[in-house]
Amino acid sequence: MIARFVVILVAGALFGAGLAISGMSNPARVLGFLDLTGAWDPALVFVMAGAVLTFGGGMLFLRSRRRGVGWFGTQLPARDHDPIDRRLIVGALIFGAGWGLAGFCPGPAIANLVALRTDALLFLPAMAVGMLLARFGFHADAD
Amino acid sequence: MFPAISASDYTWLHALVGGTLIGLGSLLAAAASGKIPGISGMFSRLLRPRPGDTAWRVVFFLGLLAGAALAFSLVAASNDYTAHAAPLATILAGILVGFGTRLGGGCTSGHGVCGLGLGSKSSFVATLTFIAAAMLVVFLLRHTALGGLVS
Repeated sequence: MIARFVVILVAGALFGAGLAISGMSNPARVLGFLDLTGAWDPALVFVMAGAVLTFGGGMLFLRSRRRGVGWFGTQLPARDHDPIDRRLIVGALIFGAGWGLAGFCPGPAIANLVALRTDALLFLPAMAVGMLLARFGFHADAD
Repeated sequence: MFPAISASDYTWLHALVGGTLIGLGSLLAAAASGKIPGISGMFSRLLRPRPGDTAWRVVFFLGLLAGAALAFSLVAASNDYTAHAAPLATILAGILVGFGTRLGGGCTSGHGVCGLGLGSKSSFVATLTFIAAAMLVVFLLRHTALGGLVS
């Protein structure tokens, strides 16, 4: 049990360090990628390539080595087959609008909390409110 | 290669190494939790604590804060930061991001990193959709008269 928490603590630390080192905790970098007609910043492409290939390749490796069994008695999460429906599209559109508005998605906003940046202190409580609205108004996270 | 937005030594290597660390952290969290470790989903479920399913999420976020703190203090380029939106716009953005990620079932990490990494069709569609929507909003705010509304 302790070992599981240590692995998850290390996982979180790698994730947080990655956000900061990659420059994704800086809204200017994120907005620079999103600004196709301005001084376009390709950084996010490198970040996503590194992250997707490492996660995807690592999961393939673990799956073949361990026949789908995770660590500490878990099952490795599999590819989902969620429907591509109106919820998915409308949710992604609304998320994207907010992302483009301030340059924050959830991870970077949380990472900025540790630097006590005012933007993060404003953004995160509002994000929690939005999540609760989705849960109580639209049955999100019903599992 | 990158637009000069600060005086730091940031290069594409920071982006690639940082992205790889994000992927590695996601991989360890997935193998140890048995869940798709998307940030919005993990955070959202902290707002609805359940016995046996909450401690690991708290531990992950403590690790995230510690890792970010370590990087901020050791890697000069990670301290680049330019705020863009006014306070009210930042709050509105937070509400939209919180609501949209949970309605759509994921954010940049859940759909973007993990979903794409596993080859999920719905995550692919969601990722293209939120990137397109964000690009449209940035275009409207930076290159049309609408920009005066938020800055």
